Amino acid sequence: MVMRMDIQPYLLEARQMQALSLGVHIPLVCFGIAFPAMVLFAEGLWLRTGDPTYKALARRWSKVMMILFAVGVVTGTILSFELGLLWPRFMEEWGEVFGVAFALEGFSFFIEAIFIAIYVYGWDRLSPRAHMLSGIPIVIAGITGSAFVIGVNGWMNNPEGFDLVDGELANVRPMAALFNSNVWHELVHMYLAGFLVCGFLVAGVYAMARMGGRRDRYHRAGLIIPLAFVALAAPAQVVVGDWAARTVAENQPTKLAAFEGLEETTAGAGLTVGGIYLGGKTYGGVEIPKLLSFLAFHDPDARVEGLTAVPESDRPPVAVVRNSFQVMVGIGTFLVALAAWFLVARLRHGRLPASAWFLRAVVAAGPLAIVALIAGWITTEVGRQPWIVYGLMRTEEAVTGADGIPVGFATLIVVYLALGATVLYLLRRLARTPPEVED
Amino acid sequence: MAADLVLALLIVGLTAYAVLGGADFGAGFWDLTAGGAKGGARVRGLIKRSMSPVWEANHVWLIFVLVILWTCFPPAFAAIMDTLYVPLFIAAVGIIFRGGAFALRGEAATIGEARALGAIFATSSVLVPFCLGATVGAVASGQVPSDDALGAWTNATSLLAGAMAVVTGAFLAAVFMAGDARRAGLDDLVRAFRRRALGAAVVAGALALGGIAIVNADAPALYDGLTSGAGFACVIVSGLGGLATIGLVRAGGWSSARFTASVAVGAVLIGMAVAQRPDFLPGELTLEEAAAGDSTLVVTLISAAAGLAILLPSLALLFRLTLTGTLDQEFHPIGDEEAKR
Repeated sequence: MVMRMDIQPYLLEARQMQALSLGVHIPLVCFGIAFPAMVLFAEGLWLRTGDPTYKALARRWSKVMMILFAVGVVTGTILSFELGLLWPRFMEEWGEVFGVAFALEGFSFFIEAIFIAIYVYGWDRLSPRAHMLSGIPIVIAGITGSAFVIGVNGWMNNPEGFDLVDGELANVRPMAALFNSNVWHELVHMYLAGFLVCGFLVAGVYAMARMGGRRDRYHRAGLIIPLAFVALAAPAQVVVGDWAARTVAENQPTKLAAFEGLEETTAGAGLTVGGIYLGGKTYGGVEIPKLLSFLAFHDPDARVEGLTAVPESDRPPVAVVRNSFQVMVGIGTFLVALAAWFLVARLRHGRLPASAWFLRAVVAAGPLAIVALIAGWITTEVGRQPWIVYGLMRTEEAVTGADGIPVGFATLIVVYLALGATVLYLLRRLARTPPEVED
Repeated sequence: MAADLVLALLIVGLTAYAVLGGADFGAGFWDLTAGGAKGGARVRGLIKRSMSPVWEANHVWLIFVLVILWTCFPPAFAAIMDTLYVPLFIAAVGIIFRGGAFALRGEAATIGEARALGAIFATSSVLVPFCLGATVGAVASGQVPSDDALGAWTNATSLLAGAMAVVTGAFLAAVFMAGDARRAGLDDLVRAFRRRALGAAVVAGALALGGIAIVNADAPALYDGLTSGAGFACVIVSGLGGLATIGLVRAGGWSSARFTASVAVGAVLIGMAVAQRPDFLPGELTLEEAAAGDSTLVVTLISAAAGLAILLPSLALLFRLTLTGTLDQEFHPIGDEEAKR
């Protein structure tokens, strides 16, 4: 029932269009994952201490949460459409294997939408206890929703849960596809990334206020609560990053080789820290002997498969993957150091770091965390190329034959720029309005 | 058997979206036509108040429909996307504008900002249901698959379906919001939306009657399905639902009108699905051919049962809190002197 066999001349634009839409949506997902927990934490502090500062903070944050959720709803909808509009052959062939994950995600999304409305519009309408309880489903649905979507991504990287008999799908096991061997580390990695992005961005707003001389309880709490979450998430991310790298080494050796730009299969492969990869060579950076083998297999002499192990047509664009990977790791290291700075000052001196550089670093950390997040997704998704379903279907086989991809791409760029500018403009103004602390 | 059950699930989702999501789009239609800043301020204020707590949950029904479609009927989903990418892309972009502008309008601080965002919200509220309605019309009138990216959804039946989607949304919105206005004790708005409900009902009825001739000429197979057997029964139920709603609106029975109006809209969709049995894409793909393997269908049904077991009580809670006024915000006219937050 395939009708369109036209060759798509704009495959790259189609991929960029999808990447753009994901790049816009994923930072919003971070707020879906992490922000409800922070809001509830602040509300919990209010219920425990009776301090209206915390209530004002939770209330203000819940307003931001609602706006960002709404924007996430619409940017997420675009993604659903694009799956079909851009990759119809992918959906046609494999939809029945991984689709159930999206059905379950849909229910999470319902629960999130329902309880965000009850929570945000229920301030002072529900009893404090009922109000707090109405926030809990938002936290849970934020986790389950992203888990199911990541299940699909993990499946694309490591397709399981079906048999191929003479090239035809058989014995489809949707649950095995959903709980593939990639889902757990990807989920935890993304979940922690959500806390880092959301935490540093929120903290950045209050760090800026503090630099502007607003040193009252409200702004102090607004800085410390997200930093506390970040301080927990950052060190854990180091451990999960290691877990992720080992899983990639096992399931997708070519992707791992692209992380480093490793040409030949090597025992005791080194890792170059920093530097830039251009035209098949790494310029600059410091090579640490045997580190890649050690990180990938926890054995300094382990054999790491190089890019040349597969034909050139089966390799991802190495420069994009390697440079993105370095950006992610570099920024990640900075964020961990910053979180450690906060923790040490807090635990040893019982206060925030006194240096103005700390505040400046926190302000920079939010946008940098988004860069790291996107770089991480580029690493894993471009690293998956040229496959849309790893080893089974090439991206070029999945793409639509439809006309007009450049038009659609250009339209979306304009739409997202307008949307982003409006959201930032209105949120900045919201940040400037004084807090509504009740007496 | 499993395919029939999943199809039923799909139609439930589509009906829920047409009624709940459709009413939200219809509210945007009334926002668009509310008139100048001063005259329309109260209507716009009520629209915002009614929609705010529910529009996101209502929107998720669209995602639900898409997901069921691509999981359980992948070849049909791919064919629809292949053929109807123009209206679907316009709808997707319109959804960004509609939702984004609506959510952000609450933060508008000046009359100019509120007007600009309101205009985007209202215009896209008409565009999106039109495109989605035309998509449904194109599928029902056997236009999918086709290589004609424009002709496939600009045949008379598709355009009619697009127009019907806009008008029925406006009808539902007017009925729902008259009830909301009654609860809030805003008598002038009750009258305003009663007028709108009756007007939309007349237009919808005229479109439906005129549509009979259009469908007969443009899509004879669909016409036959809608004028015989179970398809015809659905059409009758829809017509009766519409008439009952008009009566209830005149008498001020808002709660019952909510229900009968929903029946009127839902019955048409069910009728269209019944009319094209046993085909999924008329003339191209039967339900059995379109359906995924049984294991996928069964797992989807189990997942949906579990999901609905959580979703339905949650939705009931949201609607109860909304309809009893617990989540009601203060009423603020929009666009006039009250545009400030």
